[in-house]
Amino acid sequence: MRDVAIVSFSQLPSVKAIEAADEPELVQPVTSDAMKQVGLTQDDIGFTCSGSTDYLPGRPFSFVAAVDGLKAWPPIRESHVEMDGAFALYEAWVRLMHGDIETALVFSFGKCSLAPVPDVLNLQNDPYYVQPLGLDSISAAALQAQAMIDGGKATERDFAEVVARNRKNAIDNPNAHIKGDFSVDAMLDEPYISSPLRKSFCPPLSDSAAAIVLAVGDTAKKLVKRPAWIRGFDHRTEPHALGQRDLTISPSSKLAAEKAGVGRGKVDVAELHAPFAHQEIILREAMGLGDGVRVNPSGGALAANSLMTAGLIRFGEAANRVLCGDADRALAHTTNGVCLQHNLIAVLEGE
Amino acid sequence: MAEQCAVIGIGQTKHRESRRDLSLPGLVRDAALRALQEADMIWKDIDSIVIGTAPDMFEGVMMPELWLSDALGAAGKPIFRVHTAGSVGGSTAVVASHLIQGGVHEKVLTVAFEKQSEANAMWALSPVVPFQPQLVAGAGGYFAPLIRSYIRRSDAHPDTGCMVAVKDRQHGLLNPNAHLHLDQTLEQVKSSPMLWDPIRYSETCPSSDGAVAMVLVSEKHADRVKNPAWVKGTSVRTERTFFAGRDQVSPAAGKLCAKDVYDEAGITSPLKEIDCAEVYVPFSWFEPMWLENLGFAEEGEGWRMTMGGKTKIGGAMPFNMSGGVMCTNPIGASGMLRFAEAARQVRGTAEQHQVDGAKVALGHAYGGGSQFFAMWIVGSER
Repeated sequence: MRDVAIVSFSQLPSVKAIEAADEPELVQPVTSDAMKQVGLTQDDIGFTCSGSTDYLPGRPFSFVAAVDGLKAWPPIRESHVEMDGAFALYEAWVRLMHGDIETALVFSFGKCSLAPVPDVLNLQNDPYYVQPLGLDSISAAALQAQAMIDGGKATERDFAEVVARNRKNAIDNPNAHIKGDFSVDAMLDEPYISSPLRKSFCPPLSDSAAAIVLAVGDTAKKLVKRPAWIRGFDHRTEPHALGQRDLTISPSSKLAAEKAGVGRGKVDVAELHAPFAHQEIILREAMGLGDGVRVNPSGGALAANSLMTAGLIRFGEAANRVLCGDADRALAHTTNGVCLQHNLIAVLEGE
Repeated sequence: MAEQCAVIGIGQTKHRESRRDLSLPGLVRDAALRALQEADMIWKDIDSIVIGTAPDMFEGVMMPELWLSDALGAAGKPIFRVHTAGSVGGSTAVVASHLIQGGVHEKVLTVAFEKQSEANAMWALSPVVPFQPQLVAGAGGYFAPLIRSYIRRSDAHPDTGCMVAVKDRQHGLLNPNAHLHLDQTLEQVKSSPMLWDPIRYSETCPSSDGAVAMVLVSEKHADRVKNPAWVKGTSVRTERTFFAGRDQVSPAAGKLCAKDVYDEAGITSPLKEIDCAEVYVPFSWFEPMWLENLGFAEEGEGWRMTMGGKTKIGGAMPFNMSGGVMCTNPIGASGMLRFAEAARQVRGTAEQHQVDGAKVALGHAYGGGSQFFAMWIVGSER
């Protein structure tokens, strides 16, 4: 296996709406900035891969337009996944293993402002039996949160404490969407929007775009002083139907963490893609992250949540901690699907 | 690359206008089981799954790999979803082969599908893009002007497109899995209704339900079968949509993609060294266009090969032995069907549509408005 590292990261601040920006206008600023940080241009990039979904802009092939935000001439080696940008990062990592190229550019973009996201996410369900029930993403997450409470694994106060910590962390993050010192008691006074979830236990819906540059071995060392080396990278899925799973645990995260070698050393920082407060508790347990681990110093998805980009931003934030020397070993995570069905985990190291 | 990659199992559904007998999970499972059976494997032998399909909006299921993971035995495994427009079936196989070649996994199942009977492709292929005039014409309306341009430039014989349709449908008669089984004469094709000048009804691909799957393995597992197809080269290339320098008749992305894959496979003279090719031809005229774009003919000369019968099975450069996209078009699977047919040819398992002694074959897919290309070269020798 070749040594591959994240060498730069760029993101647009997550906000409620990035008005009047189409795909090229979202993609161009972050891709050019990520390349510029390490002195590269598109001509230096060996492979380009992106992640996005047609269901935000509401038209098929929306990713096609994104290519026009790049200098794709002469024609580039390029691919796209209908998944979070973190999975595009995975494809680029695989591509770099092939051995013939040294660098890759990964990006993703998502504008939640274009779609009624909780309703749209119902389309991830079985179209014959579940979609007609109208199970939106908040209601599905509420089933999971209630299972946590019923199983004695967490209380609503625990959920509120997760939110308070994440959004407090986000105060130091200029790119976060919701940040501040929120009172746990005040959150517990909010009305339910889907019991036991209150508004604060749910993620914001944000617009953003993000880009990462990957480089191999000596090339990475030339580009930056301290590359964030990808030392383990794995993803796993679970059965689809909610009734087939114990929603209070995440066996796919546990397995992916094992395969990625999370337990082989001390984790300094973990950036977890847990859109709903209770999901952070499930993920921490599955990955064996104890109290010594700084979880979501960026504020996580509870502070900024642009669909398709929130996962890639976790990778960028974790990498930045390593790149700047703040952490020696960081974990980055992304989830996809209803109630944490599919999970992707990487271990990033400074040495 | 760290590892050699071999194709040891290929499965496909019978492709039809409507597979009412199979749900979407049933469709992908049918293809996957056939591929596993050919590879002498069961579900638990598979390390990882790579799935591809055209836009989610065709079937109305968002990120269908989540739902289809059960049907593909993916629980506890990695499942990965690729989407690169019409080239997706090809790009998906390329990602699967890279998992092997990069040493990430040893046994990968790759699947591509479309169930057009539960979709409306004409609608989904006529997107309303903000601030752009709407074509409302589907893919045929988009490609017809490019074909007219090709005819003007090359002074091609006007019957060329119809000849391709007749030839591909004759090949399709040899393929029991093909959707269309049409014994058509040139006169019948020429008298079919004009849809988008110069594309006649009989020169267009059908809308199909279908799925295809392949089992790809590293060298140490290749001896499970006696005739693996070895992946000799893979490539993907993309160009911009709006760029004044584009030539959509013979796109630079296609030429560069071909160059990459020939270089990797060590091919210097494609016409001499490649025995047959399965090439994405959704409208008949794309055969002569791709003959040139892929370097099998000089610019402006591709139509002469078609008219001269050189692209028939038994000709100098057989194209689309399975009947191609002209006979079978489950969009998301169409690219992988080309890749799979190329592998069948070099494995010698293409039955009635086998090219005698095929040792090296090209699989080709393209998509979008000819911005996206994916190719592989497979060979019978390691």
